[in-house]
Amino acid sequence: MMAATTPISRKPLSFVLPIMGAVGLLVGLLIGTSNGISGMGALIGVVIFTAICVIAIRAPLNEKGVRWFITAAFFLAGWGLNNIALGLLGGFIGAFTGWFIFWLYEGRYRAKLLPYLTPAQVFWHYSFRVICGAIFIFLISPIIVVMPLSFNAQDFFTFTEKMLALDPAGYSLKHYADFLGIRDDSNGEWIRSFWNSLIIAPLATLISVSLGTLAAIGLSQSHVPAKRIIMAILISPMIVPLIISATGMFFFYATMGNFMELQLGLNKDLVGYIKVILAHAVLGIPFVIITVTATLVGFDRSLTQAAASMGAGPVTTFFKVQMPLIFPGVISGGLFAFITSFDEVVVVMFIGSASQKTLPWQMFLGLREQISPTILAVATILVALSIALLTTLELLRRRSERLRGMSPA
Amino acid sequence: MMPEQTSNTPLLAADGTPLRQSLSRSLRRQKLRALFLIAPLLVFVMLTFVVPIGNMLFRSVQNDIVSNIMPHTVAALENWQAETEPLPDETAYKAAFFDLFAAAKAKEHTKLGARLNYEQTGISSAFRKSGRAIMKPGKELAKTFQKIDPAWGKAETFIALFDASFDANFDANFDASGKKTNTSLNQSQLARLNQLKGEQYIVPETKGIAADAARALPMTAREFSYWTLFTELEKNKSITEGKVWEALYVALADDLQNPQNAAAIASLSGPIASLVKTSAREISQQPRIDYTKIMGGVNKGWSERIIWETIKLHSSVYTGGYFLNAVDMRKTLDGPAIQPESKQILLNLFQRTVKMSLIITISCILLGYPIAWLLANLPVRTSNILMILVLLPFWTSLLVRTSAWKVMLQQQGVINEVLVWLGIVATDNRLEIINNQIGTITAMTHILLPFMILPMYSVMQTIPPSYVRAAKSLGATNWTAFWRVYFPQSIPGIGAGSILVFILAIGYYITPEIVGGTDGVFISNRIAYHISRSLNWGLAAALGAILLAVVLVLYWAYDKIVGIDNVKLG
Repeated sequence: MMAATTPISRKPLSFVLPIMGAVGLLVGLLIGTSNGISGMGALIGVVIFTAICVIAIRAPLNEKGVRWFITAAFFLAGWGLNNIALGLLGGFIGAFTGWFIFWLYEGRYRAKLLPYLTPAQVFWHYSFRVICGAIFIFLISPIIVVMPLSFNAQDFFTFTEKMLALDPAGYSLKHYADFLGIRDDSNGEWIRSFWNSLIIAPLATLISVSLGTLAAIGLSQSHVPAKRIIMAILISPMIVPLIISATGMFFFYATMGNFMELQLGLNKDLVGYIKVILAHAVLGIPFVIITVTATLVGFDRSLTQAAASMGAGPVTTFFKVQMPLIFPGVISGGLFAFITSFDEVVVVMFIGSASQKTLPWQMFLGLREQISPTILAVATILVALSIALLTTLELLRRRSERLRGMSPA
Repeated sequence: MMPEQTSNTPLLAADGTPLRQSLSRSLRRQKLRALFLIAPLLVFVMLTFVVPIGNMLFRSVQNDIVSNIMPHTVAALENWQAETEPLPDETAYKAAFFDLFAAAKAKEHTKLGARLNYEQTGISSAFRKSGRAIMKPGKELAKTFQKIDPAWGKAETFIALFDASFDANFDANFDASGKKTNTSLNQSQLARLNQLKGEQYIVPETKGIAADAARALPMTAREFSYWTLFTELEKNKSITEGKVWEALYVALADDLQNPQNAAAIASLSGPIASLVKTSAREISQQPRIDYTKIMGGVNKGWSERIIWETIKLHSSVYTGGYFLNAVDMRKTLDGPAIQPESKQILLNLFQRTVKMSLIITISCILLGYPIAWLLANLPVRTSNILMILVLLPFWTSLLVRTSAWKVMLQQQGVINEVLVWLGIVATDNRLEIINNQIGTITAMTHILLPFMILPMYSVMQTIPPSYVRAAKSLGATNWTAFWRVYFPQSIPGIGAGSILVFILAIGYYITPEIVGGTDGVFISNRIAYHISRSLNWGLAAALGAILLAVVLVLYWAYDKIVGIDNVKLG
C-alpha cells in the first residue's frame, strides 16, 4: 500500500450521524435481544448513539477530553448495571466509540488510502479489513479461550459467573496442580505421560536430525542417481496418512518387539520405548530433509572448495564451514521433528503400551473418555511451549538471513 | 600437420590419464559419496517405514488362514460342485473332522471362526461350539475300544504299533530291526503343524512311521504322527504323559472298518498285530463311521450349506475379497455381488470422507485467500505481526486445538453460552454443533487453514503489484483487475494449498474421532476400528490401500504442480 498522502478534511454530520445511528441500532439490538426487548433496545440504541455523536462533536471540550469522558461514562454505566467486568467491557466499547466518532468526523479513515478511491472503494477497503479481522479471530480465538478457562476454579469447560465477574474466587491453579500430580486426588498420570514425551521426542529428534542432515547433504550434491525416487521415499512418511503409517507399523513393530524381547532378552519397557522412538524418528525425517535441503540450496559451494584448497580435510570443512551455515536449517528441521514427535498420538497409540503413554495420548484419552479440565491446563502449557518454539524459529530465520547475507552470492 | 595430430590424441589430465576417463571417474566418485551419505537414512526409512507399509498392503490380499487351519477340507472341497450339489460329500466331512480336531487342540479354530465371520455373520459361534463338541465322538469310541482291550487306552500301544524306533546311522528307509519305515508321512504332518501354528519346527528326516502299520491303518498313522509331533514340539511333552487323542479312535475305527485295508491288516505282524486283528473283527460289528453324521452332531451348522460355501469361497491363499468388502461387495459362488443393504456402509463412508474433505478444502480457500492477500500486500512489519496469528495455531499442538474446539462447540460450551447470553438462541434450544459433521468441518477447517494460507502467501508475495496497477491504469475496474490479472497469477498458490489441505484432510483421524460423533467420522476412523476393535485386519488393510492410492495420486499431482523440492515449512 502507498504511504499516507491523501489530505483529510472534516466530514459533515449528515455523513457521521447515520453511521453512528446504525452502530447504535446494532448494539441496541444485541443488548435488547439478550434482555428480551429487541425492538425497544434497537430504538434506544439509535437514540443514545446519535445523541452521543452530536454531543461529542458539538461539545466545547477538545477531542481528547471528549473521548475520555465517553469512556468513563460507558465504564460507569457498565459497572452500575452489573459488575466491574461489565464496566471494563463498557469502558472498552466507550473508548472505541469515541475513537470511531472522530475517525469518521475528521475524515481520518481516508488518510492512508489512495486519493482517487471512490467512496464505494473506501467502504470495500474497510469491509475487507473487517472480514479479515473476523477470520483472524476464528484462527486465534480457540487458542485464546482455552487459557483463562484453564484457571477455572470449577470443573467446568465454560466460564462461570464468578469468572465473568473477575472474582478471584472464580480462579484457581488446581488444574495445574493436577497436571503436576501434587493435588490430593491426582493420579500422576499427566506428569508421567509428560515425562514420557520428554524422553521420546528428543531421542527421536536426535535420530532424525543426524541421519536426515547427512542425507540432505548427500541429496544436495550435483550428481545423485535416482534423486527423485530417493526424495519421494524419504518424504513419504509425511505424505502417507498417519493412520496408514500407524497400521503398517502396528504389524511390523509387534513382530520386531517380540523378536527383541524373546531373542535378545530385552526388557519389555525398553523395547516399547525403542519401538516408539524409532517410529517417531521416521515421522520426523521428512521435515529435517526439507528444511536442511532448503538451506543447502543457497549454500555457496565455493566456500567448501576454498576450505579444501587451504588444506582442510572433509571433516574439518564440514564442521567448520558447512555446519555453521546450515545450522539454522538443521535446528528448525529438528524443531519440526521434535514437535512432530511431541504432538503425535496415532502411531504411539497403535504401537506403544501403557507405559509409553505420551502427553498427547493422555489428552486424547482425556477428551474421548473421562473429560477432565486438566486438559485445558496442559493445553495452556503447550501453547506457551509453541510460542517459545515460534520465537526460536523466528530468531533462527533472522540469523540464517544474516549469515547468508554475509556469504558471497 | 601439427593441429591435426593433437586433435586425434585424447586430451590428458594432469596425472596422464585421458581426460574423459578421469572426469567420469571423478563423477562416479561424487555419485558414490552422495549415495554413501544418503544410504543410512534410506535404509532406515525403507526398513522401518516402507517395508511395514508394504507388509500391511500385502495383508489386504493375504488369506492363507483358511488353507492353513483346514488344509484337508480345502483340498476336499475342490471337488465339490457347489452349483449342483447341495452339500459336499463324505470326504469333505471326514477332512473337516480331523482338521477341526487338530485346530481345536491347537486353539486355532476360533481364529478361523472369526475370519469367516467377517464374511458370514454367525459362523464364529458355530466354530467356537464345534471346538468343544469335536472331542465327544472320539471319547465315546475310546470307551468301545477299551472295552475290547484296555491296552487301547495307553499311548504305549500306539507307539508300539507305529513308532519305528530309529537309528540315525541306519538307512533312513528301514528301522533298526530292518522294518521299512515311512519318513515322508512324518514330514508331511510336520508341514501341517508348521502351517497351522505358523512355526518353523524341524525333525530329523530319519524319523519315521512303521511302513506296514501305515499301510494297514493309514488314517490312524497320519493322526498318530501329527499327535506325536504336536505334543512333542508344541507342548514340549511326551505323548505318554497324557491321554490318547480322541481323534485317533475315530481314525482307528474308520481304518479297521475300511474294507480296502483288510488285506494289509491281515498281513500285519508284530506284538500289536493280534490286538489289531481282534479289534477289527469287533469293530466291524459296529455301524460304519459316518463323518457326515458325526459333524452334524458336533454342530448342526455343518449340516447346512452356508458354512461349506463360505469355506470354499474363502479358501484361496490370496483373495480380492477384502477389497470387494471395502467397496460394499462380497464374493459369492456366482462372482462378486453387492452386499446386503444393512452392511453397506463403507462406500458411503468413502463418499462422506471425500465430500467433507472437499468442503473443508473449499472453506479453507474462502477463509485463507483474503488473509493471504492481506499478508502479502501489507507493509512487511504489519504483515509479520499478523503472520504470528497464522503461525501460532500452526505450531500449536493438534490435541490442544481439538480440545479447544471441543470447549467451544459443546452444548454447554463457549459459543452456545455466548449465544444464549445474547438471547439469540433459547437455553433449551442450544445449537448442536459438535459430534456431527458441522463439528468436524469447523474444527478441521481451523486446523488446516494455515496449510492453505502459507502456500498462497508465498505465491502472492511474488506477484508484482505493478500488474494490477497497470490494468487499472488501462481502465480496468477493481473487480476486472483482480479477476483477470491478479487471480490467475495466484492460482498456483490455491492449487498447492488445496491439494495439501485435501491430502491432509482425507487421512485425518484424531479430530473426527473427538468432535465428529458418529456421522462426522472419516474412513480413517473405520480403519482404526477394524485394527483395534473388530480385528478384521485384512479389511483394514484393504481400506488403507484404497486411501493410500488416493493420497498417492494427489501427491503425484502435487509434485507435478508444485514439486516436492518446493515444499516450504513455516
